[in-house]
Amino acid sequence: MAEHEMYFASEAQLRQYKARKIITQVLLYGFLTLIGLFIIIPFYYMIITSLKSTTAYDNEQIRGELVFWLNQTNVSVEQYAKVLSKGGDFGYFYLNTVIVAVASTAFTIVTTIFASFAFARVDFKGKNFIFMILMATMMVPGEMMILTNYQTALSFGWKNTYAALILVHGVSVFYIFYLRQTFQQIPNELFLAAKVDGYGHFSYLLKVMIPIASPTIVSIIILSLMGAWNAYVWPQLIASGKNPRFGNSMLLVSNGLMAKFQSSEFSSDDPAKITGSMFATVPLFIFFLIFRKYIMRGVSRSGIKG
Amino acid sequence: MAKLKERKIEGLVPDASGAAAIEFGNEKGYLLPKKHRWIMPEGLKGWVALIPALFFLIIFMIYPIINAILMSFINNFYWVGGSNSSFAIINYFAAIDNTRSGIEVSWGVLNYIKCFSDDLFWQALGNTGMIVIISVPLTIIIALLIAVCINAIKPLKGFYQTVFFLPYVTNSIALGMVFNVMFSSGSAGLFNSLIGVFGLDPQNWLGDMAPKANMFLVIVIYSIWNGLAFKILVFMSGLATIDRQYYDAARIDGASRAMIFKKITVPLLSPQILYITITSFIGATKSYTQIISLFGGGQIDFGGTDGNRWITIVGYIYKYMLSTNESALGRAAAGSIILLVIVLIITGLQFLVSNKRVYY
Repeated sequence: MAEHEMYFASEAQLRQYKARKIITQVLLYGFLTLIGLFIIIPFYYMIITSLKSTTAYDNEQIRGELVFWLNQTNVSVEQYAKVLSKGGDFGYFYLNTVIVAVASTAFTIVTTIFASFAFARVDFKGKNFIFMILMATMMVPGEMMILTNYQTALSFGWKNTYAALILVHGVSVFYIFYLRQTFQQIPNELFLAAKVDGYGHFSYLLKVMIPIASPTIVSIIILSLMGAWNAYVWPQLIASGKNPRFGNSMLLVSNGLMAKFQSSEFSSDDPAKITGSMFATVPLFIFFLIFRKYIMRGVSRSGIKG
Repeated sequence: MAKLKERKIEGLVPDASGAAAIEFGNEKGYLLPKKHRWIMPEGLKGWVALIPALFFLIIFMIYPIINAILMSFINNFYWVGGSNSSFAIINYFAAIDNTRSGIEVSWGVLNYIKCFSDDLFWQALGNTGMIVIISVPLTIIIALLIAVCINAIKPLKGFYQTVFFLPYVTNSIALGMVFNVMFSSGSAGLFNSLIGVFGLDPQNWLGDMAPKANMFLVIVIYSIWNGLAFKILVFMSGLATIDRQYYDAARIDGASRAMIFKKITVPLLSPQILYITITSFIGATKSYTQIISLFGGGQIDFGGTDGNRWITIVGYIYKYMLSTNESALGRAAAGSIILLVIVLIITGLQFLVSNKRVYY
């Protein structure tokens, strides 16, 4: 913001202006801090509860008094040890989630790039018609598709397989639309120039369009990875058992967590549940801290198509 | 241009007899008639590039939409395992054909009638309506205020932006459980301790016997907590595009902050506001995961002694889809079509209302 030169008729007016400015700043920061606390407290509560010993937590419940701080009498890593020993499947949950996240993101990116390129840069009969139909399906709630996809995946023999988790919802119309918008903003002259240089469609896509559109592609990768980390409904339906070939649990992080909450060891053990939640939260947080700039930019870019 | 010179030019060879010489920059070569390499016609290229995506979209999106519509209008639809084909609807017709003894495909609106005469369906509709009407406007207004406030400060701007973004990078099942424990009924529960400071008695918030309004409060608080991040981010990026000159001009004219907000910020932010309004209304109409994660009892636990207290439309669809009774699929399909119609109506209404109020 540029600094303005301001002129005041009198000293009193200047003082009034300054006072008002300070009050506004106090109100602004006060409001932001208040809502900020509302955002932070669940995280803080999650951390302290996961670090309390079971005795300390139970004592609080009996006395009916919450201890909001960690101190020498209540701190312990007991909960983590408990979740790791009793809920030892977390290794599988992570592994499954990483496999599905990486594979489905790769699958999404490849199909999306080619489809967006076809819509943005290639002329062929029926293009607009197909694009219109795909746009219309963006309005359709996913629940309508899950009903049938469940039946289809079952008859493909895909129950409890990675294929069901990777392929069924791998192609997204939204991503195609989003990348097509970016591709279309690349000036036509560039394509003609590349043609003169002897580039075909494919090498043009590879060497010119993908590098130019890389911010959008990064956004799609991030959204897709985070989507896999949070997926619950479809995995719960199709892959809540053991893999038929390898015999390992097919649960992803969200589903594994929900299964733990319902299991007899955890259902009445609040600190253990909270610690389980820590296990599902921390990896994504680390991912966020490393790629903060890309994630925030990517998410906000995806929201301003208007 | 310097780059162009270094590049090899396809079809240009350094020496050849009888071909016309061409000078290109500091390169000299001869243009030979190209060998007849088959070049894929452009129309075909388009289809080849499109086919991978289209193949999966047709099987897992287009066909399911058609199938859901068909299922919802077949009164006696039931699921037949994959004996003939992978597509349920084909199997169904084949099964009907094979056992002609009395069973016939009966088209009709029975599934819809079943939905509309089901108290649970109306409960789901009412619950969803409550969530949409209360939590969406609240979240949008708070998000807008926060975005404007963050935009108005200088020190710590990035810090606040990051803090408000944190809920976006969490797992909603995990945080739902944290809220569940925060709102536990004992007086050592976090929220009960908080209201205890103001002298209020501890309440049962999410337990089976908890009052419906208490559960609703938790649902709204969790929705707001969960929903702010994305909206703030979109509003912030919208605010960044507003030219400062408008604000300077307004300030010179002596406009108050409220006036500036009403007459400049909101109108210039209207495309983002419209986008957020539509997406969050649709999102809230499809509420499901946050509710089951708050109660933590699995796929179809929506609180209360019967597990249906805060069932939503999507919850209703899943309840019937997961039902062991195979003929319940028709009803789930009818529910999903009703959901689609509601989504379309909301979107249409918002475009109508906003037509005169959005400035691009």
